[in-house]
Amino acid sequence: MSDFTPKSVLIVIRSAPYGNQTARETLDIILTAAAFEQPLSLLFCEDGVFQLLPEQQSGLIPAKNLGATLPVLPMYDVDKIYADRSALQQRGLDDTELLLPVSVLSHNEMADLAANHQTILSF
Amino acid sequence: MKLSLLIYGSPTGSQAPHTAYRYAAAALEKGHTIHRVFFYGDAVHTASSLTVTQQDETSIESLWQQLLRKHDIDPVVCIAAAVRRGLLDETEARRHEKSAFNLSSPFTLSGLGQLLEAINHSDRLITFGY
Repeated sequence: MSDFTPKSVLIVIRSAPYGNQTARETLDIILTAAAFEQPLSLLFCEDGVFQLLPEQQSGLIPAKNLGATLPVLPMYDVDKIYADRSALQQRGLDDTELLLPVSVLSHNEMADLAANHQTILSF
Repeated sequence: MKLSLLIYGSPTGSQAPHTAYRYAAAALEKGHTIHRVFFYGDAVHTASSLTVTQQDETSIESLWQQLLRKHDIDPVVCIAAAVRRGLLDETEARRHEKSAFNLSSPFTLSGLGQLLEAINHSDRLITFGY
């Protein structure tokens, strides 16, 4: 069982940061995968791009602030982070004002990204 | 083909655990093997022994139980997702000083490392979300 090559995993993040547990539980998977040194890429799209907004004041809801955890991901070698350009544009978000450095992708580039990973998880 | 399943849709708020069950039964019927089924998010409620299903409806818990036992599949329920939703086994009930436990057999509580293990050791991981 120990003789294996870890698969490349793309995590597609479609959910807004608050309103249910999905974003938080996706982050748990990301942190576990990072701890296990699984080759990992993240793609923020649909309402998932709202997770990238800086200065989230989730204590008002109240909920745990996910925006406080996302910026540490590059320190865990999770640095292949992508966002859907049109999802950002549709929501009036500027990719230079996010809490993480992301590479913005066209839909064609997103298709290539998906094709270049062995496993895709979507939340 | 060696398959693993990730289910995170709720058994009451979504069709996911039912669809996954039908997929698993069909795949096994076709001669594929299922290495692990990983229950995450609201899908952990599938493994509750306290769910009451009306007589003219099918219990998703018992459907999964039968399939898991018949084919000796490893059914892992994410421990963190489970305990925050009040799904506990005897060990967790004692650890958190709760008065009861409700994890159905043969489901087991374990960590997200089991999901990554399933990804790395299966030909395919199939996700059943909302």
